[in-house]
Amino acid sequence: METKPKYLYKNSKRLDGRNLDDYRKMKIKMDVVPNAQGSAEVIFGKTKVTAAVHGPRVMHPRRLALPDKALLRAKYDMFSFSVEDRKRPGPGRREIEISKVTAEAFRSVVFLEKFPRTVIDLFVSVTQADASTRITGINAASLALAAAGIPMRSLVVGVTFGKIYDEKGVGHVAIDVDKPEDQWGMADVAYARAPATGDVVLLQMDGDMTKEEFDKGKKMADKAIDVVYKAQIKALKDKFEVSK
Amino acid sequence: MMNNVTLKNILELLKDGKRLDGRKIDEFRDIEIETNVISKAEGSARVKLGKTEVLVGVKVNLGKPYPDSPDKGVLMTGLELSPMSCSEFESGPPREKAIEISRVIDRTIREGKIIEVSKLCIEAGEKVWMVFVDVYTMNFDGNLIDAATLGAMAALMTAKLPRLENDEVIRTDLKESLPVNGLAVASTFLKVGDKIIVDPTKDEEDASVSRLAVGIKDGNIVALQMGGDLGISDKELDDILERAIKHSKKLLKYLKKK
Repeated sequence: METKPKYLYKNSKRLDGRNLDDYRKMKIKMDVVPNAQGSAEVIFGKTKVTAAVHGPRVMHPRRLALPDKALLRAKYDMFSFSVEDRKRPGPGRREIEISKVTAEAFRSVVFLEKFPRTVIDLFVSVTQADASTRITGINAASLALAAAGIPMRSLVVGVTFGKIYDEKGVGHVAIDVDKPEDQWGMADVAYARAPATGDVVLLQMDGDMTKEEFDKGKKMADKAIDVVYKAQIKALKDKFEVSK
Repeated sequence: MMNNVTLKNILELLKDGKRLDGRKIDEFRDIEIETNVISKAEGSARVKLGKTEVLVGVKVNLGKPYPDSPDKGVLMTGLELSPMSCSEFESGPPREKAIEISRVIDRTIREGKIIEVSKLCIEAGEKVWMVFVDVYTMNFDGNLIDAATLGAMAALMTAKLPRLENDEVIRTDLKESLPVNGLAVASTFLKVGDKIIVDPTKDEEDASVSRLAVGIKDGNIVALQMGGDLGISDKELDDILERAIKHSKKLLKYLKKK
């Protein structure tokens, strides 16, 4: 969308017809990268992300290995054709930052101490971008790590929320922001938590929100997180079930 | 790298004209082509060649022509060996292997004159369309050249040209197709032991000593790229070219089904 729309929310509907607390159609596909130890593709509306895990494996160069635990690294990569205007391949500053917060989101939930001197490499590839890509990546990465059989204290589940304006310019809190809402909206929050430990493990925001708006958005996101959490568990159960 | 047992098995089996995965020496793996898989791209395709999988996207940008061809559009082909697709691929900018392969794919598209670059000129010397063909490996099990060339063709075939409205690039509701003229395909051959095999797996690539990739359009040779540490004989070269022409007909059928 080239020019700023007059409203992102009107007559109790968002531009794509959703209610404020609706997330987009979600789809999970397991084991999409056979060469990886574990992998999954997660789709939220038009955002498509594939995550794959290699490791625990020997760390090269050896001097970077940690003596008492595994190092968990993440590489978030946006494919050149995943966005409207072609993105130059390779990581830019944005991708390096997202890689860092993605790795950190998982460091507290993975039992890293079980694999000293090794590295767990997490690759997050955005094949089609329509906002909320880092959070879609977090959900895919959680599934990929679990599919790889890496012991975790909890899965990690995320949903974004943000603030969108109506025709009078009044802000409304909504979850799972899409591209126009991300681009033109008044605020957006990337939010992920580890349901089994109860901790928030990823939180980033830009924009402008009151504390009340933030609390409201977080509450709405938590409800959606419950649903996504159950979907993650179901996908893993389907994968690991011996026979039906 | 592959272990010695696998290497020994590959070589032993090949003596009897057999391959580790049960294929004949001159047989391709199963091919699956899916197009229009990325809605943000102007053209896209996912190709599976056995366990090798590539995702190809075509983006078209507005740009300035090169000074030596002011009335022609620009074609650029890139390959990213995604580190998730193979445990041996490392993150970082493309190195020798990726650059060589992307240049071979580029050569087949360019020399096959698949894209009519003169039709991509908007204003000579000022404005042209730049076509970017980007190939990403999703899962690697050998023979990227053939898989990526199929993917590039399928993505180009289905690609749409953006519109220009008041100097602004519009990418919604596109109808006009990219000016594509014919189709080319590639077949890659490896010499392993004393046999020449087509469509190698990763293990076969690791076991081989020489490689020849052949790009074919309308039965003619449009690109060649030799690789590996040892050479091949005249007889082997002749055999490879004959076989490449034969395979090109079958590969084209997969594209024409689209």
